Amino acid sequence: MASSVISSSPFVCKSPAKGQKDLGVSSFRKASQISIHGCQRKSISRKIVSVMAPQRSSSTSGSVKTGMTMTEKILAKAAEKSQVVPGDNIWVNVDVLMTHDVCGPGAFGIFKREFGDNAKVWDSEKIVVIPDHYIFTSDKRANRNVDIMREHCREQNIKYFYDITDLGDFRANPDYKGVCHVALAQEGHCRPGEVLLGTDSHTCTAGAFGQFATGIGNTDAGFVLGTGKILLKVPPTMRFILDGEMPSYLQAKDLILQIIGEISVAGATYKTMEFSGTTIESLTMEERMTLCNMVVEAGGKNGVIPPDATTFNYVENRTSVPFQPVYSDANASFVADYRFDVSKLEPVVAKPHSPDNRALARECKDVKIDRVYIGSCTGGKTEDFMAAAKLFHAAGKQVKVPTFLVPATQKVWMDVYALPVPGAGGKTCAQIFEEAGCDTPTSPSCGACLGGPADTYARLNEPQVCVSTTNRNFPGRMGHKEGQIYLASPYTAAASALTGHVTDPREFLQ
Amino acid sequence: MAASSLQSLNPTFSQTLASPNTSPSFRSPFLRFNSSFTPKPLSTRSSSSLIARSAAEPQERKTFHGLCYVVGDNIDTDQIIPAEFLTLVPSNPDEYEKLGSYALIGLPASYKDRFVQPGEMKTKYSIIIGGENFGCGSSREHAPVCLGAAGAKAVVAQSYARIFFRNSVATGEVYPLDSEVRVCDECKTGDVATVELREGDSVLINHTTGKEYKLKPIGDAGPVIDAGGIFAYARKAGMIPSAAA
Repeated sequence: MASSVISSSPFVCKSPAKGQKDLGVSSFRKASQISIHGCQRKSISRKIVSVMAPQRSSSTSGSVKTGMTMTEKILAKAAEKSQVVPGDNIWVNVDVLMTHDVCGPGAFGIFKREFGDNAKVWDSEKIVVIPDHYIFTSDKRANRNVDIMREHCREQNIKYFYDITDLGDFRANPDYKGVCHVALAQEGHCRPGEVLLGTDSHTCTAGAFGQFATGIGNTDAGFVLGTGKILLKVPPTMRFILDGEMPSYLQAKDLILQIIGEISVAGATYKTMEFSGTTIESLTMEERMTLCNMVVEAGGKNGVIPPDATTFNYVENRTSVPFQPVYSDANASFVADYRFDVSKLEPVVAKPHSPDNRALARECKDVKIDRVYIGSCTGGKTEDFMAAAKLFHAAGKQVKVPTFLVPATQKVWMDVYALPVPGAGGKTCAQIFEEAGCDTPTSPSCGACLGGPADTYARLNEPQVCVSTTNRNFPGRMGHKEGQIYLASPYTAAASALTGHVTDPREFLQ
Repeated sequence: MAASSLQSLNPTFSQTLASPNTSPSFRSPFLRFNSSFTPKPLSTRSSSSLIARSAAEPQERKTFHGLCYVVGDNIDTDQIIPAEFLTLVPSNPDEYEKLGSYALIGLPASYKDRFVQPGEMKTKYSIIIGGENFGCGSSREHAPVCLGAAGAKAVVAQSYARIFFRNSVATGEVYPLDSEVRVCDECKTGDVATVELREGDSVLINHTTGKEYKLKPIGDAGPVIDAGGIFAYARKAGMIPSAAA
């Protein structure tokens, strides 16, 4: 069990309130562990079908045990209860709290204000501090915020602080990682069955590991810092079953843009998005991360994928902390059911200015673009760059517009320079990018995904049109208010760079 | 519903309230609902002389009066507070004020009336009227914080993104209220309005048009807002001790 049953925080009242039962750990192990996707293999429709199930009431009588979804089970266990239903407000034990340079100072500021200047965090080994947002900039406040985090980490003896001091050369900083959500996974902080919170909306990325992961604000984080607990309302679960063989030109980014376009930017508000099906099972961990990353763009509280051998393999190679995977019961209640035959899907983009403004990439081929951006937690991982490089190599052409490459982490940057791209005769991504005329891959960070300080590399400082592998395209997202951002997969971004227009990757991949 | 969820959390709620409140005397800029906060001994919920923080008096009416600022659907956090201003730390009093001066500066140029006039630090609009999915996007707490720092008191929207709603409740910076109809289509920036919060029966009154709109009950967030934010709520629920360590 990764989390302790009783919090050791000095700020949590130790004696349970009168009337509350002390539930033993053993009651959770009896819960059914039938994998939900095992039941779905029987019927794969030939067409794309979206089916909305009638809303089932999630009431439960006190003595009868109802089936629970993955998310309900994770939260029940973390709240030391045998059963929860959607709508319950419960105090939940937190396994990992992540923060970064933008929200960390505020969160720790609130922690000190509420718990006292000499207060100690609830567990110095469960907090992960990852500077990543505004790093390679001369902005004094941004630099100061990293210094502030260093002071807090020193004072609190925080075990995991991925510090950076030499801004001139990111490689001179042995601890520095880069984008928090990718670093969390790469450093083994994501584990099935756990509760992970972060002061960033894309914390939902970690749901790919079969855990409950969601973004919170500074005040909630300050509370967690002191107590190791948070008050959460149990969300109902929307189920998305994706079946069929993934076409060679399609990526997880296309899948999630398809879904968001289907249900809108508020379609999953306050809900869990659970992804399963044969397609999901075929996805790598990085692709699953891309899928869960944009759950928040549909308003979702968290995204979740049942853990399997792919998950265990990834996790066990990065951490020795034991974990306990959970799965939705066969008789769990879902508030909606969507089915997709993935083999019928085509590459899509989200047009300005909303992530749900979906369009087929091939229908946007007349849109002239000014630049391409490949990076961020959504589209700046190793496999994202591999995909872009694969397309560039297949095309054998040069890009027609400035193409900015921002590896998410140090490790991704190293992979871009070291790993051979399959089918490219031993060439690395970096070599292929150079031959295609892309910009040199830059220092790893969040970069221009969210604009940032004025001197941020690849920031949109003019009203230009940009195809980007990032996650949001609201007005001003990458800098300029009149900038036009088309969200796309790495394949689509690379194809668009080669033509100077929004382009379906099948132009170069078939 | 709010009361029962609180009850299930801690059946000894009334007993917990009986103990004296010895919160730290630091006057946080976030304790906005009552600027003259003086700790008083907590009494049981049925008593009329409750905790000094006016947000925590459920029997009383709470009123906000002022000018409206009307926006549309899907106003995301980048429009509320562009990312370049996130280097400002909200728990730092000077930077808190600066954040207020940038509130809603990310709105496109089609919004001719600016929420905060150039060169000003505060807004003249105390009530923000929004459409669907207000506050979508990032989890940055700077969003509700900058609205509150600028001087807004309440947001009345058709619906909210969950993190923004949660952050508003946790910080106590602005009251997030749900309207039943598309109020943003019927109000104009500059309308004079009053928001009256009552037990189960809150309203938005537009004095300029003469129309009144029912607001939805605050629901599960009620106890947290009434307490004055997540920390006060947790102290009341006996989750954390009253005195800071």
